Amino acid sequence: MTKAVRDGFGEALAELGARNKDIVVVDADLKDSIRLSAFAEKFPERFIEVGVAEQNLAGVAAGLALSGKTVFLASYAAFSPAINWNTIRISICYSGANVKIVGAHAGLMTAEYGASHEGTEDIALMRVLPGMVILVPADFDRAKALTELAAGYKGPVYLRLARPETPLIKCGMQNVQCKIGGSEVLQEGQELTIVSCGPIITEVIKAISLIGQIGVELINCYSVKPLDKTTILRSAAKTGKVLTVEDHSVIGGLGGAVAELLAKEYPLPLKILGVPDVFGESARNWEELLGKYHLDSKGIAETIRRLLAKT
Amino acid sequence: MPIKAPTELEKIARQVRKDAITMIYEAGSGHPGGSLSSTDILVALYFGGVLRYDPKKPNWPDRDRFVLSAGHYCPALYAVLAKAGYFPKDDLSTYAALGSALQAHPHNLSLPGIETSSGALGQGLSQAVGMALAGKMDNASWQVFCLLSDGDQDEGQTWEAVMLAAKYKLDNLIAIIDKNGIQIDGTTDQIMPLGDLAAKYRSFGWEAVEVDGHDTGGLIREIGGIREIRGKPKAVIARTIFGKGVSFMERNYAWHSKAPNKEELEKALEEMK
Repeated sequence: MTKAVRDGFGEALAELGARNKDIVVVDADLKDSIRLSAFAEKFPERFIEVGVAEQNLAGVAAGLALSGKTVFLASYAAFSPAINWNTIRISICYSGANVKIVGAHAGLMTAEYGASHEGTEDIALMRVLPGMVILVPADFDRAKALTELAAGYKGPVYLRLARPETPLIKCGMQNVQCKIGGSEVLQEGQELTIVSCGPIITEVIKAISLIGQIGVELINCYSVKPLDKTTILRSAAKTGKVLTVEDHSVIGGLGGAVAELLAKEYPLPLKILGVPDVFGESARNWEELLGKYHLDSKGIAETIRRLLAKT
Repeated sequence: MPIKAPTELEKIARQVRKDAITMIYEAGSGHPGGSLSSTDILVALYFGGVLRYDPKKPNWPDRDRFVLSAGHYCPALYAVLAKAGYFPKDDLSTYAALGSALQAHPHNLSLPGIETSSGALGQGLSQAVGMALAGKMDNASWQVFCLLSDGDQDEGQTWEAVMLAAKYKLDNLIAIIDKNGIQIDGTTDQIMPLGDLAAKYRSFGWEAVEVDGHDTGGLIREIGGIREIRGKPKAVIARTIFGKGVSFMERNYAWHSKAPNKEELEKALEEMK
């Protein structure tokens, strides 16, 4: 069964709106696409439409939050935080405004729209901001849970959403409460640690089943910042090899965060699999585009094989 | 929110100017031109009975919100806030020093009385619009005031916010533009001509008035009149003199971001006696 991460977000947002009267949504003309419509229809008085104006989007969200509101601002990751980064930096982050920045249509999974719409730098842009929390849901259910988590946390959060319908992840400890700085071990193993985030994890799961490899420990690192250092370091110490997989640039993303952690705490061989230092491009389907950079299940399986073969 | 007599306002403004220049001298950096051009506006707002506030309760929910979009004017704002009683006047001497609550550009989490953070131009009006929207949602009685500079008008974000304020008919929002005609590298006519600002704001659906930004009585009167207008946001275009009160700084863009030396400080203080 496949369902979109953005749908999980939209559903959770409408539910939250009913429970919490302080929740306000600010949109930049992408209401339907980012699944804000249910909230907008139910709570029109708490839905602000700013038009195609991402800088104002962030500033207005900050002003609302500094007046006591819990604000979700939403746009595509390629526009927000890319266009309005300094407004997020000063008006939201430096001011400590309680704003949830929703970056939708992130990564190469937005293949149909081409490079201009494929935000592959957003995690890097958000990760350098002091105090910014970064959450990346891997499927529909986790999008719902992380939207709730973001709403309940007081302070700036970046919530990264993907566009397409992707499989629901059935493995893992679904009853464990997600938390800021948390992660979930989807599969335990002794030979290789894979740290990943977002729906690309479903490609990793497929890759593991393709090679029938049971030695892999797979960590869904949904909280890219703060990072669950304990779980990653414990796993790295056990397996002695780490691979990161993400639908984001290899520079500054989850791989960068894990590299910084390992370099400081536990240096060991690390492979960062992601979008190489290039712009994306358009493709008729996202699987094809991910395949170009070996980020589909087949490509990931090859990398796993190579890493396991190395002693 | 004490209401002072006109002569008293003049006296306060003179002291604020002296404090601001002294702070900039002591720090060795800061923005004298805009601090001096905006002083009378700030004094009118805080001591002319315009803003509703309580320095003993800086987070009082019913306070009017004041957003300084032109964050570099903060030496004047800090002097005003100290005079209003938000913090001891002695703190002014720590302006821009390591560890000081009086940051080189305003930071809400550092200093009471500061509503948000600024320093990057163009972000203040957006935040003021967000606050005004929150006020509307809550049927609040408080109003939002935002002070902008000429440079703020160059930023596209300001005009994004101007459009949105008109769309939502934010009559609880008043923008005050300190139109001193100077930006970092020259006059606005040289760098980016602003044309007829009042007409621009009006064409965007705002009410706009023009006023002498050094006539505190006139400012208080115009703001008092315009704030009663319903159904649209309001702009007060305050014509001011860059560096007002210090002869060698007036209208000279070299004093946008430059600290006076000892001799210049003494000369400035002497002129403002």
